[in-house]
Amino acid sequence: MNTFILGLIVLVYLLTLTFLGIKGYRQTKSASDYLLAGRQIHPFVMAVSYGATFVSSAAIIGFGGVAANFGMGVIWLTFLNMFVGVVVAFIFFGRKTRKMGHRLDAHTFPEFLGKHYGSKSIQIFAGAVIFIAMPLYAAVVLKGGAVFIEEIFEIDYNIALLIFTLIIAAYVIGGGLKGVMYTDALQGTIMFASMIFLLLWTYKTIGMGFGEANRHLTEMAYMVPDKLQSIGHRGWTAMPEFGSSWWYTLVTSLILGVGIGVLAQPQLVVRFMTVKSNKELNRAVFIGCLFIMITTGIIYTVGALTNIYYMQTEGAIAVSVINDLDKIIPNYINAAMPAWFSAVFMLTILSASMSTLSSQFHAMGSSIGRDVIVSVSHKVNSTAIIRGGVALSIVVSYIVCYTLSMGVIARGTAIFFGICAATFLPAYFCSLYWKRTTRQAAFWSMVSGFGAGLFALIFMHRAEASVLGIAKALLGRDVLIEKMPWPVLDPMIMALPVSVIVIVVVTLSTSKKNISK
Amino acid sequence: NKIMFGIADPGIYFAYLMVFLCILFAAFYGIRYWNKGNDEDEESVKSDLKD
Repeated sequence: MNTFILGLIVLVYLLTLTFLGIKGYRQTKSASDYLLAGRQIHPFVMAVSYGATFVSSAAIIGFGGVAANFGMGVIWLTFLNMFVGVVVAFIFFGRKTRKMGHRLDAHTFPEFLGKHYGSKSIQIFAGAVIFIAMPLYAAVVLKGGAVFIEEIFEIDYNIALLIFTLIIAAYVIGGGLKGVMYTDALQGTIMFASMIFLLLWTYKTIGMGFGEANRHLTEMAYMVPDKLQSIGHRGWTAMPEFGSSWWYTLVTSLILGVGIGVLAQPQLVVRFMTVKSNKELNRAVFIGCLFIMITTGIIYTVGALTNIYYMQTEGAIAVSVINDLDKIIPNYINAAMPAWFSAVFMLTILSASMSTLSSQFHAMGSSIGRDVIVSVSHKVNSTAIIRGGVALSIVVSYIVCYTLSMGVIARGTAIFFGICAATFLPAYFCSLYWKRTTRQAAFWSMVSGFGAGLFALIFMHRAEASVLGIAKALLGRDVLIEKMPWPVLDPMIMALPVSVIVIVVVTLSTSKKNISK
Repeated sequence: NKIMFGIADPGIYFAYLMVFLCILFAAFYGIRYWNKGNDEDEESVKSDLKD
């Protein structure tokens, strides 16, 4: 790739980000501006920002590689991301959240729960969980972005990580949620456009249409390596064998874990409170759905189709040519796409990373700043404390990148989604739909969900338990129960029922005078 | 065993079908409620109406 053209594209991109960051900074006059973008965001900006925050570089590079290896089963994740992540989230959660958030004058997700249930404990606990768990998720994206910059620009990893962190820190600390959402909208637009080109050029490159390419892929099923067949792989246009270990991983972790986990993501819930009325949310449903369909649906389809490309050019399937799943999509882009598109796709990956990270930093900072420090110290709320919280959360995420092993960081996204769903989802759902819920029930549901989630991560789910090594040290084996399907069942599937049962049982057994607002 | 559009497994075919139906629903919902949902709407007023 021409270094001058690459440098020019990046320079224009950074200048545009600077302009949007300054625009956000100038329009930020109060805590409400900093935390909720003044509740005046345009539906297009809100929907694209929501989608761009949701779709990180891990979804494009990581899940694209998974599709190349295991096929089109991950399209179910696209459907759940659209149906649960946008349709259900916007219509059944978002509209009520916006209305209640406005009525309660809540500015963050923990504050929303705390004010609804009339409990500071709930607000502080929720804020603390976000501040403790989210740096792990942020470290995944931060490390992925830094490695990508290191490879593209051929600079030292430590310098790449520092520059990447400082650029995002500048517009998040300065511009608040307005800066975050304006830049998200730009980054989301880049992602959307480049994905459409990627799909069209892929079909042109392999010389087939949708149906013909699928038929070709179906006929390649005999090429699935024995190792993958043994865990349930039946071809790239088929679901894994029912009940196999890969079936459990695909369905419980990748599809349900991420698909349902999205409903209780603090950095996404806060988006519902940034619009003026439900009219904006109604308008955002289609935009959000289209964005998710294009960005995730295309990369999962193209991921599977890379097998045809490598078969035509190298005489082998993708995973035989490139062993590292995370390198299949970047390698395919460089090999099959025009040179100029490699530079654009590089911006797409950077955009996906930055849009997710900026929202994570903002959510962590507002949690520690407003929900913990301001709540505990009873200081007058000011954007200075929240900005300090954002800066602190960025430093913590940066340190996590260096202190945790690659094995733990690789599981960071699944860990955070699982913890969020198990901890927050029942209390959040009941705040909207079950007036009878008591504050004790909400609090203990959150505590038990968090505890059950941690227990499942440490002792039950092999992917995390074997890396953490606590079960091995205490029990002498990787997991507590080795009988299938327990070691491959996602922690959220184990922990969420616990917090649901607790909120129902405690509500029915506590006094009506403790009913939430 | 391949069925429609060259896809071997109904499980995958239905995934694409559900994605298509979902975007159709979102489009219809957007058209139907494009101008609805203002806080001044009658429905909203009704809805708005003590450690």
